[in-house]
Amino acid sequence: MSQFLTDLQHYSFLQHALLTGILASVACGIIGTYIVVRRISYIADGIAHTVLGGMGAALYIHRVYHWHGVVPIHGALIAAVIAAIVIGLVSLWAKQREDTVISAFWAVGMAVGILFIARTPGYSEDLMGYLFGNILMVSSDELWMLAGLDVIIVAVGLLFYNQFMAVCFDQEFARLRGVNVELFYLLLLCLAALTVVVLATVVGIIMVIALLTLPVGIAALFSTTMWRMMAISTILCVIFTTSGLVLSYGPDYPAGATTIIIAGAAYLGTTTVKWVLNRGQS
Amino acid sequence: MSEKDSSAILIKDMWFSYDGYTVLEDVNLAIPKGDFVSVVGPNGGGKTTLLKLILGLLRPFRGEIRVFGLLPEAARPRIGYMPQHAQLDPQFPATVMDVALMGRLGHGRPFGLYSRKDKEIVGEALDQVGLYNLRKKSFSSISGGQRQRLFIARALACEPELLLLDEPTANLDMVMEGDLYELLHTLNQRLTVVMVSHDLGFVSTVVKNVICVKRKVLIHPTSEITGEIINDIYGSPMRMVRHNGAGAGSCHSS
Repeated sequence: MSQFLTDLQHYSFLQHALLTGILASVACGIIGTYIVVRRISYIADGIAHTVLGGMGAALYIHRVYHWHGVVPIHGALIAAVIAAIVIGLVSLWAKQREDTVISAFWAVGMAVGILFIARTPGYSEDLMGYLFGNILMVSSDELWMLAGLDVIIVAVGLLFYNQFMAVCFDQEFARLRGVNVELFYLLLLCLAALTVVVLATVVGIIMVIALLTLPVGIAALFSTTMWRMMAISTILCVIFTTSGLVLSYGPDYPAGATTIIIAGAAYLGTTTVKWVLNRGQS
Repeated sequence: MSEKDSSAILIKDMWFSYDGYTVLEDVNLAIPKGDFVSVVGPNGGGKTTLLKLILGLLRPFRGEIRVFGLLPEAARPRIGYMPQHAQLDPQFPATVMDVALMGRLGHGRPFGLYSRKDKEIVGEALDQVGLYNLRKKSFSSISGGQRQRLFIARALACEPELLLLDEPTANLDMVMEGDLYELLHTLNQRLTVVMVSHDLGFVSTVVKNVICVKRKVLIHPTSEITGEIINDIYGSPMRMVRHNGAGAGSCHSS
């Protein structure tokens, strides 16, 4: 702990890591709440895994064609938004089974990513970073990009709070009140896609879903309103990412996995305590 | 005044089918402004379908529907709708006030917070259904009957000229049902009410016309409803209950 604090003053990578965690937490609290109350975490997870395809493709272009302007996060963004829109359109209009389409995106996205990374010269450690997070490797360019994404997510997410709430709660009624239900649903999925990209840096694409749902799951136990759920889950998410970073630093554990273990333990702990208390009451 | 001007709802030669199965057949209907109509009929007879057609959520296969002389989609801002025992997430994190405020969407600013005026209107709507004191309670903590009234308040918050209610008396006990009819009677003085009823418990002093929906749609003044008509709708002898004002009722077996 003290080692972490001393190093934090000297090393910019640690400062970046800390800031990345905090930025990601704000997006996570707001969009995670929408995802949980609308019960679309499976869609969010599908989008998260599709991201690997985009990352792999961007990395391949970067290394093989020497397009140095293209970095994996660009590919991640494009893949995430495409996945969000296609899955969204399918779930709105097509007669296909929605979960089948999500599974297809999920698996094919990962397969594309793995193929690209296998054909890319250089270290294959990149793959591990994408899958499980590389919060200690965030450059200042990337940090600016994450901050920009964060601003978009938070601004749109809060500006249309009433519309998103109505669409999540009662789609038919929202439509009758003149809300463009399809547009807001797709917008919500796109915001989820951007959030997934931000979170993937922190915990990796495989574990994104835990950070999107667990803080909200705990917050739900103490919230009767959505904005409160957002506030509490943001704070929890800051606590989880920061403590994950701090606790993993000394013994050199993977930071992403440590964060998830802490979040999972907190979720299990609070729900158990709540359950025991409720049992005592009845 | 022509029929078109004075009608809240006008349906002409309308047919609706779903997956090749005809649900509503050759519907001709004119509901004047200020009417109070109860829609009755057997399950699957097309009552809810008729409401959804009036709301423009479903499109007729043939014929036309006009609400206040407009296409249903265009008339939506003037309609307040309460869905049938809404299949909504009871765990949704929202207060009673939050839910009722959804009725104000589409009235004010396209984004941002609800205005003070929105909150006043919603407060009044909650007061009318007797939920104002519970406005800060969470949606998950209120009872089924209270939810029912909340959805009526949400429909009232739209400041409608036409109120469409799908089974508003489901989940309500006798006393609450009486209160609800009284409220609807008051509201009927300034707006048109169309209500789907889960049973034949229509109140003769409140309901002016009864629409019978069973593939075909027929409208009768409440006073002309007889046992024969009811048998005709439901296809089997039914017990008819007529409420005459405050609890003094008589039952007829037909």
